[in-house]
Amino acid sequence: MTIFSGWAARGRAFFSDNKGPWGAPPGSGGDEPPPGNEPSGPWGGTPRKGPRPQVNSLDEFLKRSRGRIGGGGGGFNFGGVPDRSLYAWAIIGIATLWLLFTTMHRIAPEERGVVTRFGRYSHTLSPGIGLTLPSPIDRVQKVNVEEIRPIDLGSAAEETLMLTGDQNIIDIAYQVRWNIRDPEQYLFELATPEDTIRQVAESSMRMIVGQVSLQDAIGNKRGDIEARVAEEMQQTLDSYRAGVVIQGVAIKQADPPAAVNDAFKDVTAAQQDAQSYINDANAYAQQLSQKAQGEATAFDKVYEQYRLAPEVTKRRMYYETMERVLQGVDKTIVEMPGVTPYLPLNELRKSAPREGAAQ
Amino acid sequence: MIAIVRNHPVAAAVIGFVLLLVSFTTVSIVPETQQGVVARFGKPVRIINRYKEGDRFGGPGAGLAVRIPFAENIVWIDKRVRDIDMERQQVLSTDQLRLEVDAFARYRVVDPLRMYIAATSVDRVELALRPILGSQLRNELGKRPFASLLSPEREGAMENIKAGLGRVARQYGVEIVDVRIKKADLPDGTPLQSAYARMMTARRQEARSIRAEGAKRAQIIRAEADAEAAQTYAAAFGKDPQFYDFYRAMQSYQTTFLGDGQTKPAETNIILSPTNEYLKEFTGR
Repeated sequence: MTIFSGWAARGRAFFSDNKGPWGAPPGSGGDEPPPGNEPSGPWGGTPRKGPRPQVNSLDEFLKRSRGRIGGGGGGFNFGGVPDRSLYAWAIIGIATLWLLFTTMHRIAPEERGVVTRFGRYSHTLSPGIGLTLPSPIDRVQKVNVEEIRPIDLGSAAEETLMLTGDQNIIDIAYQVRWNIRDPEQYLFELATPEDTIRQVAESSMRMIVGQVSLQDAIGNKRGDIEARVAEEMQQTLDSYRAGVVIQGVAIKQADPPAAVNDAFKDVTAAQQDAQSYINDANAYAQQLSQKAQGEATAFDKVYEQYRLAPEVTKRRMYYETMERVLQGVDKTIVEMPGVTPYLPLNELRKSAPREGAAQ
Repeated sequence: MIAIVRNHPVAAAVIGFVLLLVSFTTVSIVPETQQGVVARFGKPVRIINRYKEGDRFGGPGAGLAVRIPFAENIVWIDKRVRDIDMERQQVLSTDQLRLEVDAFARYRVVDPLRMYIAATSVDRVELALRPILGSQLRNELGKRPFASLLSPEREGAMENIKAGLGRVARQYGVEIVDVRIKKADLPDGTPLQSAYARMMTARRQEARSIRAEGAKRAQIIRAEADAEAAQTYAAAFGKDPQFYDFYRAMQSYQTTFLGDGQTKPAETNIILSPTNEYLKEFTGR
């Protein structure tokens, strides 16, 4: 509470400041009451007659009139004799303010001010302070030419379906960035420039997508499509004399529709599968080739030695192999001809289930 | 002058008001974006700021215009390029496929007088042209197979539609700047579903053919490897088939009875006769 009352007091102090809007009036030695503090009626209490005090500056005039009107309460005193010079000064004051506000225009660095004189295009103001004729004559429309404006078409939430050249359907979302190149054309040529840009974007994108295949649209030709759409849009808008520049088109999303997405994923999976088949085959080929070369080389080496002493080498190899083979096996030698050999069938039977279990 | 005003303030105010009124009704501001048909008691007499091709802004058309107060009035007509947004149309192609088309036309009033006489306002021109644009579109696109509907710009269809619409538009003093298709979609329901089905089957076909292609290439790679191995073997072993037979038999015995180092062979019992080659020295001869 106290804070608020404190602020309020400060505010009152601010507004009851002795100064007029352009500082303290020169030579107002106190004979004029401060405007905010004057509690009297609209005409300062005493209606003046005869020679009026000379009002020699706008400040003083403003201050006085503020005192009179700001005093509140009565409004206009219709009963009294109107002070004609007050009217004159009021008109001059308003006219001055009017002139001030309608002849000077602050144009920001990114803006251009298009001046129309009685509706006819006159010239364009560059950034800075621009001077024009006052309001009913000259009118200034400020146009921001630097700002890059985005238009979003299609969204992730909703499917924007387009037909591609190979009669497939694609779900696409993109953004068009544009800015104004020619403020006069932008203001005077098209009735609804932003709608026009949006429609041209839709139509150009549809046209370009209608010329490419689905695979190109969802694949690596996106940059190409973006460039072609931007070019097409620029051409069309130039033919309308729209006065805008397409800065770029960005495809944010280009996917098959959700309904067929699984089928598209299966194609990707199939590519992976195919590659893995080939990888397996290559592995087999490598293995086989190495094995063949190894065996062939081994044979060659042995054969070289064999050629030097065929008989001996052959016998040696035979015995060595037999040694190794017979070493590890059960051997039965039947010496007597005509004797029925006893086969240890029990033992064979015993060993049979053991193997079955082992396998 | 001042004295008169001072002496007859009411009269002066009335006169001033009347003067102001007269000047407001006499002089009109003509903006760059509008053209005006001046009608005297309803009869069009002249046109101000008429559109001419290639006009630069700031030309003599716009600015102040004078008219006879109370007798003449000005009907303002937009000079800018405006658009007619058509309602969606269903187009039936020659191969009996349906497509929903959304198009727009851009136009400009080039003969405001004719437009004023024929339709009075641009809204009514749009109202009149919209169905014509629709029917032009249906007629022109209906002559084509579905595939060419997807990019009618290339086929010159849009030019034909523009020309057809332009003929009608000229009666209204309107020039068609451009006709374009904004959207071309398959209608919801069966056509869309069947398109999806077609896309899915196409993908399925693609997936299968990719897999088959992969399998084929794998088989070829294996066969080539087999052939190459056979060649390698033949080159080496063909030098002495008899020795190879012996050499390979030795290897085979070893593998069969001892295993290849990874798997253990089944247990073996060998019954040898003393006449066996290996045991030939047993007899001690």
